[in-house]
Amino acid sequence: MTAVIDVRNVIKRYGVGDAAIFALNDVSLSIEQGEYVAIMGPSGSGKSTLMNIMGALDNVTAGEYFLDGIDVSSLGENELSIVRGRKIGFIFQSFNLVPRTSALANVELPLAYQGIKLKERRMRALKALDLVGLSDRVNHEPTELSGGQQQRAAVARALVTRPALLLADEPTGALDSKSTEDLLDLFDQINEAGRTVVVITHENDVAARAKRIIRMRDGKIIEDVLNAKKIA
Amino acid sequence: MNIFEIIRFAIRGLIANGLRSALTTLGILIGVGSVIVLTAVGNGSSKAISSSIEKLGTNTITVQRGGGGFGPSARNRQGATKPLTVADTIALVDPVMAPHIKQAAPVANASGVTCTNGAESSSPSTFSGTWPAYFEASNTPVHIGTYFTNDDVTEGRRVAVIGKTTATELFGTDSPISKVVQCGGIPFTVVGVADTKGSNGFQDGDSLLIAPVTAVQRTLTGYQSLSSIIVQAKSAAVQDLAQNEIQAILDPRHLVKSDATRDYRLLNQASLLQTTTDTNQVFTVLLAAVAAISLLVGGIGITNIMLVTVVERTREIGIRKAIGAPRSAILGQFLIEATILSLLGGVLGVIAGFVGSHFTIVGVKPVIVPSSVFLAFGVSVLIGLFFGGYPASRAASLRPIEALRHE
Ligand SMILES: Nc1ncnc2c1ncn2[C@@H]1O[C@H](COP(=O)(O)OP(=O)(O)O)[C@@H](O)[C@H]1O
Ligand SMILES: [Mg+2]
Repeated sequence: MTAVIDVRNVIKRYGVGDAAIFALNDVSLSIEQGEYVAIMGPSGSGKSTLMNIMGALDNVTAGEYFLDGIDVSSLGENELSIVRGRKIGFIFQSFNLVPRTSALANVELPLAYQGIKLKERRMRALKALDLVGLSDRVNHEPTELSGGQQQRAAVARALVTRPALLLADEPTGALDSKSTEDLLDLFDQINEAGRTVVVITHENDVAARAKRIIRMRDGKIIEDVLNAKKIA
Repeated sequence: MNIFEIIRFAIRGLIANGLRSALTTLGILIGVGSVIVLTAVGNGSSKAISSSIEKLGTNTITVQRGGGGFGPSARNRQGATKPLTVADTIALVDPVMAPHIKQAAPVANASGVTCTNGAESSSPSTFSGTWPAYFEASNTPVHIGTYFTNDDVTEGRRVAVIGKTTATELFGTDSPISKVVQCGGIPFTVVGVADTKGSNGFQDGDSLLIAPVTAVQRTLTGYQSLSSIIVQAKSAAVQDLAQNEIQAILDPRHLVKSDATRDYRLLNQASLLQTTTDTNQVFTVLLAAVAAISLLVGGIGITNIMLVTVVERTREIGIRKAIGAPRSAILGQFLIEATILSLLGGVLGVIAGFVGSHFTIVGVKPVIVPSSVFLAFGVSVLIGLFFGGYPASRAASLRPIEALRHE
């Protein structure tokens, strides 16, 4: 099996001199196709920074990162955009929906950028919105949606391209326990279909659904274990 | 992603940011429109002045009281000046002494006279007493009715030819012929209405009343001095000869010893044109400066809104890149948004400029300068494109995470 994610001795430093912060301090991590990984750790431990690098949204200070065997540092910004669109579905901590644009248009957007025709992408977007239970809100703009509904629109947008890799940064932060349960069921399904899921969370019951749990502290991985209950 | 999709995205983006789009369009509209109208006003007034001078006729010489006109030293001459009189005018019409003068007419202007017809009133900007020769010499043909005659002058009859504006103000659409108007309390019978002359930029040429000089002098101006004498040379070619003859006749009558002590001056079309061209040039430069400033202000407005737009939407650009937008799609969207706004604002501005130039502004009928339309349109569209496109291209090459952090 090829590693979807291959992080080698990565350092991410913010600032210089005395003010320098090592958000990631020599992190190495390999995630194979079809894994379901939870990344845990206290606030400020570098989880979001790691996700941004895995998603090719940010560059590294030192070290190497291979996405699907490709050295990300060798790609230009335009190629990276296209790679992100085709391979990765992002669910951000702060939703990141396009403002003043309906939920439907938001979910259609990644399909449009892939050049998929209007009719097909409308159909797929409606299906994805249905999957997250937002069928009755498709024409609402982000400001007309609750936090939980915005999060679900963001999930629909991440899933609509059927990405091989799903990266989610605290996706359940804005959700009640019922919606959390629904979303985790969805992740299970996606993972069962053979796709890779990486979830950042600080909730134990969210992490409990993953097959592998990584713990971070001060920019380092301090624990990397398989979830015995799930593997069995 | 094809171009039509990108255009749809751009239109959707413009609608989503409706108020900002409207303000940008308005900024461009005002910039373009004001440049067109301002230059049209400048051009219109200069056109009007030239044409009103041309209307005077090329072989007309005006004799005015006072020195100057042919040299700076004339202004410094000492001593009293003799008035221009009807007797001077009569002396000028002399086939022996002045073979190149076709005719001459005295002009006695009464200022600030208000004429009334019942409740209606009108104050002609030109209220002149003269001879019938004036109509040909000053190129003022009568359109309706008749001229007054030499007989009317001799008898001092209170008859008048009025201009179109004066006729309308006093009589509306009724015919003024044979009606009596009271001017400064004196009754004048209207015998004719002059052809339309138009405005010369400073004065309405149709706000006019012309009556026999005898009647005007007796009732309104008195006999001290004429305002001017209008002289018509036999042809434009002999104008210089006619001028020499005028001086040969008037110099002894006015006891003029040298050019420096001459107490009257001669104005012909060439000298009038020269003066007004100079005045006009100042005026045009002034208006061009105002236009340039309004274009600059408009341009800064456009730049400002475009920059704010891109800064505000940098985060959005980050989101779009994170979900797979190629650089071309983002750049295309923002460029097309900027193009649509600039073109829309530009076209509306041109329309506004054309509409605005239809109205008479401070007495001037604006005449559009074609190059101002292209310049104003081109500059605003280029500014719109550059300041819409350049920051967008910078934002499009940011790492998405940097754009996303942007608040
Ligand atoms: N843009 C930035 N500039 C400076 N420091 C940053 C920046 N982003 C993150 N950091 C710092 O890097 C560390 C890791 O941040 P982050 O990855 O967001 O942690 P987590 O997601 O685990 O809470 C923190 O100390 C944070 O303050
Ligand atoms: Mg975080």
